[in-house]
Amino acid sequence: MNLLEVKNLTVRYERQCAVENVSFSLREGDYAAIVGENGSGKSTLVKTLVGLIPASDGEVEMHGMTRREIGYLPQSTIVQKDFPASVTEVVLTGCLADGKFRPFYTKAQKELAKEMMALLGVTPFAKKSFRELSGGQQQRVLLARALCATKKLLILDEPASVLDPVVTHELYGILRRLNRERGITILMVSHDIHCALEQATTILHMDRTLRFCGAVHDYMHTSEYRRMVGDCEPELHAHHHHHNHCTGYAAVPANSEGGAV
Amino acid sequence: MSGFTAELSVLFSYGFIQRALVVGVLVSLCAALLGISLVLRRFSMIGDGLSHVGFGALAIAAVLGLAPLAVAIPVTVAAAFFMLWLNERGHMQGDAAIAILASSSLAIGVLITASTTGMNTDLNSYMFGSILAISREDMILSIVVSVVVLALYILFYHPLFSVTFDENFATATGTRASRYNLLLSCLTALTVVVGMRLMGTLLISPLIIFPALTAMRVYKSYRGVVICSMVTSVLCFFVGLCVSFLFSLPTGATIVCINLVCFLGFTVVGAVRRTS
Repeated sequence: MNLLEVKNLTVRYERQCAVENVSFSLREGDYAAIVGENGSGKSTLVKTLVGLIPASDGEVEMHGMTRREIGYLPQSTIVQKDFPASVTEVVLTGCLADGKFRPFYTKAQKELAKEMMALLGVTPFAKKSFRELSGGQQQRVLLARALCATKKLLILDEPASVLDPVVTHELYGILRRLNRERGITILMVSHDIHCALEQATTILHMDRTLRFCGAVHDYMHTSEYRRMVGDCEPELHAHHHHHNHCTGYAAVPANSEGGAV
Repeated sequence: MSGFTAELSVLFSYGFIQRALVVGVLVSLCAALLGISLVLRRFSMIGDGLSHVGFGALAIAAVLGLAPLAVAIPVTVAAAFFMLWLNERGHMQGDAAIAILASSSLAIGVLITASTTGMNTDLNSYMFGSILAISREDMILSIVVSVVVLALYILFYHPLFSVTFDENFATATGTRASRYNLLLSCLTALTVVVGMRLMGTLLISPLIIFPALTAMRVYKSYRGVVICSMVTSVLCFFVGLCVSFLFSLPTGATIVCINLVCFLGFTVVGAVRRTS
């Protein structure tokens, strides 16, 4: 069943067209990665899907869920660097997604937060301050928060951009488990083409418009893929080092991307 | 010691001191609560800017013979919305625009006051505050404002936290971040206008910023910071009021200096804790 359907989506801001006429759909249980160069509209696309940027044209349809039930993992912000908040306090904010106004959290919401913290292995830090955690631990906390908000769809914006290779590998392991064992659909923006190819089952290649949308092995025969990995590299590069990329390689330097688009 | 207690009991028998105490405690509480969100969201300069705009508005009200707060409150709330708007449009150098707005309001206020009443004690009490300036109406207004601020803060505690911690996530999960920003700046404007009479134009913004920063030196959870900044804010005010009376010092300046001492103390405690 289609969970998410995007039809002719166009996003303009400041008189520029950041995303043009993009259409695709995600089925339940998909694991999709959005790749593309800097400024290709990847982040804008997901920000529009979660409702941070208004669409100028086109439609985003969700089946069996509402927009606020998307579990979103945004790019990290400067505010969080010195923010005094315990891990529990942060995770609980995910429960606000149910949209019912209450001045206090219910018992069920607290249980849900506990369950998600246990699932992501952050229970030992429950009372610790968010700002004292390592980058990988922080991402796990934010994932737990996102999972409090959703049962179906996670949208992640460059989840590994600030992580070192070992922790990146660990994070992708968690995402794979959530996808396979819990059936959570994942849509992830990635600046790391090799990790995207290794982890995801579907690739969306953005270059303002959607240049490619389909299975990973089909993507590897496209000119977009060759541009992303650099012409000098053999086409089978990604197959070759299949198990090493996330730990051994950073992004291809020519295409690496610092974060914000 | 008994001399001190005797003097303090004299102190609190004065009607104007009682009013200053009520207004001061309530304003300290509100300022501490609002300050946490403002500091964490890098909106600290909004408090300072608003007090300057409030001063300009008070001066104009005095010239036109209007009720001071009836002019100052709407003008300051409008300025709060304007500053928020400037701040959100990142590319427009919002901080510089706020600085211009604030200093222009101050300058206009000084010119108006000086040309009508002369550079006298009036101006001095506007700038640095005066416990003598608190009237019964001020007290009633401050009670109303504080009750509103406290009630809204408790009611919207969790969404406010969510928006403060991560505006994008909060928006994506359906919390209207822009509404909370409006609420926050509106409440800040009210608190600043009410607190200005007591603390003065130049010294009201430390009351907003200090307690949050002080609490953040030591406390690591949001709730800890909220409770600690409320307690330190009220205590610093109370101690400052007593000290200023006992040693005949200007009240606003004394309160700010007590806040500074408190901040330095907490900084040391926090540093010691981290190393041990």
